Amino acid sequence: MRTVAVVGASLAGLSAARSLRKQGFDGRLVVIGDEPHRPYDRPPLSKEFLSGTLGEAELALEAEGEDLAAEWLLGARATGLDHTARSVRLAHGPEVRADGFVIATGAVARALPGSAGLAGVHTLRTLDDARALRDELAGGGRLVVIGGGFIGAEVASTAYALGLDVTVVEAAPTPLAGPLGATMGAVVSGLHTDHGVRLLCGVGVKGLSGERRVDAVLLEDGRSVPADIVVVGVGALPCVEWLEGSGIVLDNGVKCGADGRTSLAGVVAVGDCANWYDPRAGHHRRVEHWTGARERPEAAVATLLAGGAVEPGVPRPPYFWSDQYGVRIQFAGHAAEADSITVEAGAADDRDVLAVYRRDGRPVAVLGMNQPRLFMRARKQLAAGTS
Amino acid sequence: MMIPACRLADLPRGEAFRLDADPPVSVFHTDDGEVFAIDDTCTHQDASLADGWLEGCEVECPLHASKFDLRTGAVDSPPAKLPVRTHEVVVEDGMIYVRLSTEAPNLPPCISARLAGGPA
Repeated sequence: MRTVAVVGASLAGLSAARSLRKQGFDGRLVVIGDEPHRPYDRPPLSKEFLSGTLGEAELALEAEGEDLAAEWLLGARATGLDHTARSVRLAHGPEVRADGFVIATGAVARALPGSAGLAGVHTLRTLDDARALRDELAGGGRLVVIGGGFIGAEVASTAYALGLDVTVVEAAPTPLAGPLGATMGAVVSGLHTDHGVRLLCGVGVKGLSGERRVDAVLLEDGRSVPADIVVVGVGALPCVEWLEGSGIVLDNGVKCGADGRTSLAGVVAVGDCANWYDPRAGHHRRVEHWTGARERPEAAVATLLAGGAVEPGVPRPPYFWSDQYGVRIQFAGHAAEADSITVEAGAADDRDVLAVYRRDGRPVAVLGMNQPRLFMRARKQLAAGTS
Repeated sequence: MMIPACRLADLPRGEAFRLDADPPVSVFHTDDGEVFAIDDTCTHQDASLADGWLEGCEVECPLHASKFDLRTGAVDSPPAKLPVRTHEVVVEDGMIYVRLSTEAPNLPPCISARLAGGPA
């Protein structure tokens, strides 16, 4: 393999480029990114960067002096993959020919229909999104966050600390019930009301009101919540429409084997756009976590370089963290598999807790709030139990 | 400066002791019986390495899984980019002493900002 093109220049793309070099690939390496920025870290965008504690330079993912001997095509949006010609088409500029491809195009924030062109309405996914939102939050006022998931909760927490008046609107009866289950979802989202942030649950959003600038969020039950700023945090969609017509199988992102291989030879996919097969669960999962984007490229690159002749390893249980209202939240595993949850340390009411989720007595997930030490040990046990 | 940390007998193998210095320092007793001291705070974000996972001569940060080499302070993988300081350890009469490094620590940006009087 003489040339590899990595499409996507965020954490998954950078991790893939690093893995290629680490695993001995010394050919031409082209990294294509649609944003103009060098790879940067996204988790701080809703927290320290948004609050102003962390500057742009500190978001850089590359170490000082790190040189992967790669060609960086930044501000270059991929528009197509031609498998026969072995090339990636770009919106501007010549196509990139390569023998191997790593698809790492990530996901894009889901927008609220009808919100386009209305000032004061934000999504948060990219550095540019975060810059714009940070500048608006600095002016203060009333913030309404649509969506009580992790991004929405972190924005609410950060804005609360900045002194804004914050309301969170969540369509489901309990926020975070998907990732954490209803019981612990209620505990974690209780952080909002602990701090006097309004939480409106079980009500959908009908639309936004305002002429040029948003002035309220209209709820389906007829209520209207006044707003100076609105953040829409209702999930993300995998960026794979550019692959339509390429012959690659798409199904909730790029459909992959347990080793990152796609339906096309010489093409692997990683990160938020990749829907990997989980052999333990017996089905595919698309995991949108930092840790997956950091770890999985190693396996996918091994697959690519070996022409598919490697045994996929057992995936580690997915892990993510969140910092909200000064509480450190950590979670690993799959909450949906659990039939029981027990508190093993601390107390849920104190927001200082280690909870283990089990199915038939076997641990399937673990949640920690302000319990990094115990959580780390429980997470290791969970990972060991799956091997 | 030589600081008494704890008695070796009170620090079982595989465990860490956090020394309340400024910035805090952690003393690790490895499974092989060696004792090392490094800065306790991960260079990426405010997390205590004493809460981490000790394996061989490496400790994994309990938050984001960067690993630090106890012998050199070197970091293996992101998100942390900078090494932690290592400190000299002396065991005398069953007591662990730490001689603090005189180098400047690599503290995470949020801590540096706090020390500088910026937003916490």
